[in-house]
Amino acid sequence: MAGLIAYGAYVPHHRLARADIAATLGTRAVKGTRSVAGYDEDTTSMAVEAARGALTADGLRPRVGQLFLATAAPAYLDKTNATAVHAALSLDEHVLAVDMAGSVRSGLGALVTAARSAVPTLAVLSDLRTGLPGGTDESAGGDGAAAFVFGGHRDGAPVIAELLAHDTVSDELLDRWRLPGAPASRVWEERFAEEIYVDLAGKALGAALDRAKLSADAVDHFAVAGLHARACAAVRRTAGVRPEAVTGDLTAAIGNAGTAQPGLLLADVLDRAQPGETIALVVLGDGAGVLLLRTTDALPAHRAARPVAAQIATGSAPVPYATYLTWRGLLDREPPRRPDPEPPYAPPAHRRNGWKYGFIASRCEKCGTRHLPPDRVCVSCRSVDAMTDEPMEHVQGTVATFTVDRLAHTPSPPMLVVVVDYDGGGRFRCQLTDATEADAVIGARVEMTFRRTVTAAGVHNYFWKARPVRFGAGPEED
Amino acid sequence: MGSHGIRDRVAIVGMGCTTFGEHWTRSADDLLVDAVGEAVTSAGITLDDIDAFWFGTQASGVSGLALSRALHLPNKPVTRVENMCATGSEALRNACYAVASGAYDVAMAVGVEKLKDSGMSGLSGTTMPGAGDDSRGEITAPANFSLLAPAYAAKYGLDEDEMKDVITRIAWKNHVNGARNPRAQFRKEVPLERIRSAPIVAGMLGVFDCSGVSDGSAAAIVVRAEDAYRYTDKPVFVKALSFVAGPADGLMDPEYDFTTFPEVVASAQEAYRQAGITDPRTELALAEVHDCFTPTELVLMEDLGFSDRGQAWKDVTSGQFDLDGGLPVNPDGGLKAFGHPIGASGLRMMFEAWLQLRGEAPPDRTVRTLAEGRSLALTHNLGGGPGECVSFVSVVGSELTD
Repeated sequence: MAGLIAYGAYVPHHRLARADIAATLGTRAVKGTRSVAGYDEDTTSMAVEAARGALTADGLRPRVGQLFLATAAPAYLDKTNATAVHAALSLDEHVLAVDMAGSVRSGLGALVTAARSAVPTLAVLSDLRTGLPGGTDESAGGDGAAAFVFGGHRDGAPVIAELLAHDTVSDELLDRWRLPGAPASRVWEERFAEEIYVDLAGKALGAALDRAKLSADAVDHFAVAGLHARACAAVRRTAGVRPEAVTGDLTAAIGNAGTAQPGLLLADVLDRAQPGETIALVVLGDGAGVLLLRTTDALPAHRAARPVAAQIATGSAPVPYATYLTWRGLLDREPPRRPDPEPPYAPPAHRRNGWKYGFIASRCEKCGTRHLPPDRVCVSCRSVDAMTDEPMEHVQGTVATFTVDRLAHTPSPPMLVVVVDYDGGGRFRCQLTDATEADAVIGARVEMTFRRTVTAAGVHNYFWKARPVRFGAGPEED
Repeated sequence: MGSHGIRDRVAIVGMGCTTFGEHWTRSADDLLVDAVGEAVTSAGITLDDIDAFWFGTQASGVSGLALSRALHLPNKPVTRVENMCATGSEALRNACYAVASGAYDVAMAVGVEKLKDSGMSGLSGTTMPGAGDDSRGEITAPANFSLLAPAYAAKYGLDEDEMKDVITRIAWKNHVNGARNPRAQFRKEVPLERIRSAPIVAGMLGVFDCSGVSDGSAAAIVVRAEDAYRYTDKPVFVKALSFVAGPADGLMDPEYDFTTFPEVVASAQEAYRQAGITDPRTELALAEVHDCFTPTELVLMEDLGFSDRGQAWKDVTSGQFDLDGGLPVNPDGGLKAFGHPIGASGLRMMFEAWLQLRGEAPPDRTVRTLAEGRSLALTHNLGGGPGECVSFVSVVGSELTD
């Protein structure tokens, strides 16, 4: 039996109130909030966070045979972004890590490709939705990521949802498009594609249900994703599934995360579904696609540790619209009178991939002392080259002391800096993110998160920061 | 093996020090020429009489040429040294050793820094190509040193207001002293409330908790102790020179608690051993310490043995380190009033020891401890930050020990 064996979702901490946009621009007020990637996040870093959430089970990472990163907002062109995710997850070097980048539909592509792959496959869907100030995409969009591992059944990592069937329909269609580098998407008149999508969804859903020998009313959870809101609503209404099976689209709280939206909706369903239930995920965009899954008895014990609903519930108070615009580079603010931040340099960064991306420290074999960053000479017993790798990305810690640096060059001043003492030993000084000054106190509990710390001289710098623990105790120390 | 010190083997017989400040009209070369000129004049010699030079600058020049070119020295040995914020002291230490070794009769230590040409606030510094994977390149100096404040307050039970009062008192004291010093960058007293309510830079530190940013230069001429009286009737004898570079473990080791600089403790103990000092608080006439930020000076009072552990905040509050206190600290105004032109600061500290021990400080800045018969001064110079730093301590005196 093959199917889904793990999943994880990532909803960034920050929110933007749509009413704040309206109040600032003098436009019509719209209800709700959207999720907002922090100033130190991009589709790559959010993908890492979602994948970390999916790969918490022991022994799962070594099983992953290939990794697809799907995003319509790749951090880099030419250069692969999936390799940063691969490095942050410390996957085996023989694992294929490739992008499916550019179109929103690549999210569907990654899911379907993973679902029908012969090797265990990690599909990560990540998106950061932008639009021009005052536009629908700005207020209706959202940021986030979701990760899924498809593979065979194993003890410890059982199949939690069988793949019953899938189907895809492709259609060349000028519904939504964006020229490379453009700040916003363009869309055709909404009613043009609505009927087309309803028809395409019907074809894909019908084919998948036929293959699974099911009727539409057998579907227990019906999730429809796509950036064409009218078409999605019409499909929900007309697909023939029981009304109570239709799931919400989460857009009121976090907006529509485009490429990642099908992933976030599927993760949210898996957070709640009971064993033996049938899930139909419909994805609209340049065609349609359907995944039909049936949850197994293994699901309740193997749900993601951080449910989508909980991530929505623990989101921040909305950031001011001006802050949002600043973070997205839409408001060019006066920089501090300080030297420009340094970009990472390729050779030292490559030499330190394990640390920089994987947060792998070292432990002295002679005296057990942890070293962050890894060292050749033990700081305690001074043994030389007697170190073993010490993964630290999952280890929580406590703030020993802290400061708020109002002079430092950061995209979102002030910079919060904490000295973290890790459970089980080791100390590291780093930035604190997804936090306010009130969170920087001695004794605060923190965990590590992968971030794009800065973009300098046209190079993204990825590294780890601490953030407040908001979801109870993490995995126990070995 | 062993560290032996060179107590009373060399003496400083001439010094120069420019005014420190925003010298828009003077280059690093100009400042060097002025400090060196004043030093040779005070020793009653000419530049030709100096056999070798140790030149300290962090980033205002590279190699000995930065000095020899400015002075057009005729094929003299010039060693450029750099040891972060202790660079000026490191130049002096090496010049002293050169003379003590017998290699040269007359050596000069010079320090200079030109900070105000960069257009940036704070120190600009130099960085090596990095991987973007640690906080050293991100955090600013005030933020780095501000890490001390909450840790100290938590350990000794001070609330935030009490801690702010203590560091405010340190800034106030140093500005009082600087107001009496024509060479200082800031020559005005600053009311406590103005210091306390100044805009915050990092953590608990307001603008007045941070040393200024200035340009300056200072120089010292070193000869063998037995030759000293040929140059001046008031030489300043070197009693101790100690320097340590720490193991840089404080940002890795949870044992380190951010209420001390272990490197300072080590360098102070070594200096006291060399100088034969057992109770610095009563034996020293004055101390010039590295008050880059006010919490630094607070912690230094304990690390240098001027206060018992956890007690410095009380000694600060009671005025123990004021100009008229039991042990005046930074009578010249310190980095607080002078700013911190990196390569010059260590020698600027020594310049105050030189003035005070020779009785040449102006009356309203002269420490009373001298009249009580004390004749030793300490300078302390630190580079880096909490958890990983270099530390220099010297003891100098106006009298030879028997």
